[in-house]
Amino acid sequence: MAALLEVRDLHVAYGQIDAVRGVSFDVDAGQVVALIGSNGAGKTTTLRTLSGLQRASGGEVRLDGDRIDRLAAHEIVARGVAHAPEGRRLFPRMTIRENLDLGAYRRRDSEVEADVAMVYDLFPILAERRAQAAGTLSGGEQQMLAIGRALMSRPRLLMLDEPSMGLSPLVMRTIFSTLSELKTRGTTLLLVEQNAQAALGLADSGHVLETGRIVLSGTGADLLRDEGVRKAYLGED
Amino acid sequence: MRQFVQQLVNGTVLGATYGLIALGYTMVYGIIQLINFAHGEIFMVGAFGGLTVYRYWLPESLAGNVWVALPAVLIVAIAVSVGTAVLMERLAYRPLRNAPRLAPLITAIGVSIFLQEAVRLFYPGGKRQQPFPQLISSGTFDVAGVTVAWVSVFVVVVAVALMVALQVFVKKTKTGKAMRATSQDPESAKLMGIDINRVIVVTFVLGAALAAVAGVMQGMRFAQIDFRIGFLSGLKAFTAAVLGGIGNITGAVLGGFLLGIVEALATQYVPQGSSWKDVWAFIVLIAVLVVRPGGLLGERVATRA
Repeated sequence: MAALLEVRDLHVAYGQIDAVRGVSFDVDAGQVVALIGSNGAGKTTTLRTLSGLQRASGGEVRLDGDRIDRLAAHEIVARGVAHAPEGRRLFPRMTIRENLDLGAYRRRDSEVEADVAMVYDLFPILAERRAQAAGTLSGGEQQMLAIGRALMSRPRLLMLDEPSMGLSPLVMRTIFSTLSELKTRGTTLLLVEQNAQAALGLADSGHVLETGRIVLSGTGADLLRDEGVRKAYLGED
Repeated sequence: MRQFVQQLVNGTVLGATYGLIALGYTMVYGIIQLINFAHGEIFMVGAFGGLTVYRYWLPESLAGNVWVALPAVLIVAIAVSVGTAVLMERLAYRPLRNAPRLAPLITAIGVSIFLQEAVRLFYPGGKRQQPFPQLISSGTFDVAGVTVAWVSVFVVVVAVALMVALQVFVKKTKTGKAMRATSQDPESAKLMGIDINRVIVVTFVLGAALAAVAGVMQGMRFAQIDFRIGFLSGLKAFTAAVLGGIGNITGAVLGGFLLGIVEALATQYVPQGSSWKDVWAFIVLIAVLVVRPGGLLGERVATRA
């Protein structure tokens, strides 16, 4: 059976600069896949291309076997791909509740209310502040809302870009324990992280990106044991 | 005192028109950061659309019936303005969506000249003032010595109703929420599954419909229109939008009424005020921007990162 998401020889260019140069990987349903690598390795560009914010200059992206790399961003969301972007990108002057409702923008079913309750259950602090403007939240709360908002579309694939960015270790642990809760519920996650330790600890498989190419792939546990990875990304000598 | 109240009333009527037009400026700016200088002409073509239905299409037996003539004039005016605005967005602005900001701005000025000239050259008698039908009785009534025309009541009631309706639409409906989301972060809006091209079209449609109603109102109040009416009204309405804080819907309404009232009062109380009547709006604008560069309800001056 084909993977949920298939990325084949993906190329993305900004003008003359090739940011992503032939990246291929799969994400199977129910799996957690991590893309790790340093700044400028092409991780964010890869995610932005998968969600349609950026155009691929070459290669293919398939969701359930169907090409999605030519679709507009809002059509890709409709196919079941949610993207919690780098920097959270909430709607700062709208309330938490309104942000969550926008996450469910494409939905026409009657279970939106139940999913709002599910998000509040996952992140109780959001329930307390539901009427507050998103721009007034702390960094950790904003990240929780960004994840909650992405979940509101009931995605088949949830892509998270640097959920740990700018967070204290304590808040980061809260976020990752929620992600591991989502994993046990069977949510398919594609996770971009600079924090390789946390990401690989959660991931079934991982890929290391360097200057737009995948240089190493393996299970999360293998990569955590890999000497090169330990040196380059976990700060060990 | 009676004079003062009389001018307040006059200013409110004037301000209602400014406010209605200002909403189109402010909504479009809020969504795509474009000062749509052709918006005044959308207002103007609406007035001409209304005139056309009255002059050429309505059978004479119905033209005197306000319950038929007024809705017919309004509906056609709205249709003409909305159609023009949708074409303008599609043909002139959308191709420049990712161009440097100066390009759509200059294009807007071009569209504005194009629409003025099109009406001047191709509307029958378009080079001269055209009489505009009164539609509502030209009668007046007195309240405590203050004279109010029925047209004024109609103008203010309709304008306020539309402003309230717009607020409800933007706050409560799904499309309205999509508009606010797009104005706050268009890229993030796409990730919610919002088709932002559709949101942009809806924004132009709403602004154009309000401007069309304002165009018909202006025609009824001054009993004549010409191809230039969009320029000055557009400029003042734009001033109202900036005064209130561009991008802010409540601000546009507030700015509109404020400008109308200032203009009416200054005309009355400043010596030679009436010959300067078109200057007050801009004096107020400069005064407010010195103190509050973002406008009265503007949230911040810095542009989005």
